[in-house]
Amino acid sequence: MMKKCFKATYIGLILFLLYAPILLLAVYSFNSADIIGTWGEFSFRHYITLFTDEAILEMIGNTLLLAFSAAILSTVLGTAGALGIYYSKRRVKTALNGVSQIPIINAEIVTALALAITFVVVGIEKSFFTLLIGHMVICAPFVVLSIMPKLKQMDNSLYEAALDLGASPAKALFKVVLPQIIPGVISGFMLAITLSLDDYIVTSYCKPSTFNTISTYVYNATTKGNAHTAVTLSSFWALTTIIFVVIVATVVAANLIGKKKEER
Amino acid sequence: MASQHIIELQNVTKYFDDNLVIDNVSFYVKKGEFITFLGPSGCGKTTTLRMIAGFDLPSEGKILLNGKDISLLPPNKRPVNTVFQRYALFPHLNIFENIAFGLRMKKVVNTYRNEKGEEYQKVEKLSKAEIAAKVKKALALVDLEGFEKRSVATLSGGQQQRVAIARAIVNEPEILLLDEPLGALDLKMRKEMQIELKEMHKRLGITFIYVTHDQEEALTMSDTIVVMADGVVQQIGTPTDIYNEPANTFVADFIGESNIFNGTIVGDRRVKFCGKTFDCVDDFERNEKVDVVVRPEDIVMCTPEEGTIKGKVISVVFKGIHYEITVQVGKYEVVIQSTECRKVGEVIGMKIPAQEIHLMKPKYTSNVFDGVITKRNTVEFADGEFECDVTQLYPGSHIDEEDYLVTATGEQIDLTGTEVTVEVGLYDVSISDDEEVGGTTGNIISIIYKGDHYRLIVRTDGEDEEDFVFATDDLWNENDRVSVVVPKDKIRLTLKNTEDKKR
Repeated sequence: MMKKCFKATYIGLILFLLYAPILLLAVYSFNSADIIGTWGEFSFRHYITLFTDEAILEMIGNTLLLAFSAAILSTVLGTAGALGIYYSKRRVKTALNGVSQIPIINAEIVTALALAITFVVVGIEKSFFTLLIGHMVICAPFVVLSIMPKLKQMDNSLYEAALDLGASPAKALFKVVLPQIIPGVISGFMLAITLSLDDYIVTSYCKPSTFNTISTYVYNATTKGNAHTAVTLSSFWALTTIIFVVIVATVVAANLIGKKKEER
Repeated sequence: MASQHIIELQNVTKYFDDNLVIDNVSFYVKKGEFITFLGPSGCGKTTTLRMIAGFDLPSEGKILLNGKDISLLPPNKRPVNTVFQRYALFPHLNIFENIAFGLRMKKVVNTYRNEKGEEYQKVEKLSKAEIAAKVKKALALVDLEGFEKRSVATLSGGQQQRVAIARAIVNEPEILLLDEPLGALDLKMRKEMQIELKEMHKRLGITFIYVTHDQEEALTMSDTIVVMADGVVQQIGTPTDIYNEPANTFVADFIGESNIFNGTIVGDRRVKFCGKTFDCVDDFERNEKVDVVVRPEDIVMCTPEEGTIKGKVISVVFKGIHYEITVQVGKYEVVIQSTECRKVGEVIGMKIPAQEIHLMKPKYTSNVFDGVITKRNTVEFADGEFECDVTQLYPGSHIDEEDYLVTATGEQIDLTGTEVTVEVGLYDVSISDDEEVGGTTGNIISIIYKGDHYRLIVRTDGEDEEDFVFATDDLWNENDRVSVVVPKDKIRLTLKNTEDKKR
């Protein structure tokens, strides 16, 4: 009994310490004051600002647009890459596998600087396009990484069987190989969205100066601190809370669906 | 009659990178035949099948289908379907969709009539109803009616096997290729499927090309067997021919049980082996060395007085339908299969009818290699370096203090780099598991028991991949890694070109 109590307390404490900062933020998002630590009164002010301030809305829109386009493009690129690597000859395969994972191991700041310099040397002006390329560079390797195990699990003769039954190589790929690796493709896509959403380093090096995502905006706001940002910053508490709730809901839903599938 | 040959391989050779897997193979398959490629693993039988299916392309040579060259045609364009070793059913599709897969890819030319009564043709996919009817028929053929909606994972191995067959034959291929399709099933299931496949072959009337390493399976099912080893066709024939008239000791040893002895022709249709002379039916030159093959069931047991040879029974094993009796005849061991039982220790006589003694030219009489003399006056061949006597290259020569060869006429020769032909006799090679002892190392790739000794083949594991064939009294295991020892005085050298390298 004692042991059980101790277990529960221990887990409770750890979870509390993990999530306390976010909870604190959530509580203060319903505060009328703009500074954490001073409690005015209960209010939805920050939520109202969040959904009415055009600058904020545009920024959120930018972030989502960037995340989704980067994720979709890197999923296509990464899937093609993984297939290419998998069906290469052994030596080429090992080499390509290594090279494709360099952006993952490499410090992000190095990738960011390298990209920025490359854009300057090649003479491409920073734009949404350069930002998109930057995000694809960090996302695509993770897509490859999440698809490779699925390809290795797949029975190699499936592709041959499809050809044997009269499918062209392209049809065999889409009708037989792709369905086998689709779980890897989806998890790669999700990973890419997450990575792109909260990326700061590459974003700040590749973005045009007038363009802001949530992460760059928050960073600038907290370091420079000008009059307007104090208000918008506090509305980010509201945004953070919403994001957190959405994520919790997604995880719970995913678990429930998974459980239902298992039971069937 | 050429049109009767549905598939013909002409001098087909296949390399994987630098590895020779299929070495100049030629044969044909008759329309409607059940043909089996039989051989140990790694003999090239699956590669041959894959080349017919189109998954691998021949490096050299041609594959003809009904007389047309299809060597480079991709698999989806060949009227051939395959049943894969591990079935390769599509796990994301149900049984119906698995079988319908090939039908959905198919396009047919349909002829229609418009209002004016003119005929016109349209290339169309099969209609839903047509597909459903064909799938239903295919499922009925493999006794799986009502399985349409089931998922692949819920089926047993045998059922998956049937689905794989249905998925292939529903496309009405000209040839059905089966790559060890029964390998994953248990013995009883396998026997049942063998009979079913054979019946299916009769009913469908299409050509079956079957790959297996199971000799019994091959003998049971096939019209024709192609025995392969080391990427080379050893023998092609009916099961009866292959069993009764094996072309060489490999076939004799691989198909069924055999007693294999070294024999010598001593007279007109007289052969000596096991220390006695027997009548035989094969005609060979007098004094020619031959391999003698006698099937265990062809040896007749009798009283010691009546027998051509006699010996003491050293073991008796009950095998269900027969006894396997091992008899010591002098230094030879003879294996007999008989329904009669004998006691261990009993002395019995044995007779062998002349037509049951199969004689064949030995494949190996000695080992010949290309070698190069080194500056230490050793010889390099077969991925190794051996000590040798280089003075045999020049009669009457000797080696001086500076390691130069001095000929009988007093000429000094530096032999370094001289190309020579190296010959090593069958009885002059020995092997050791101590890798440091011998001149080269390799793996045992073949063991054949010859009554009183084993004939081994060791393949060196360097670039040369040379084979040493030799006799030994010791029992080794296949794939053992050994080093090859050849005594200095047993290496026979001859000069390859007469152009001497002078100092």
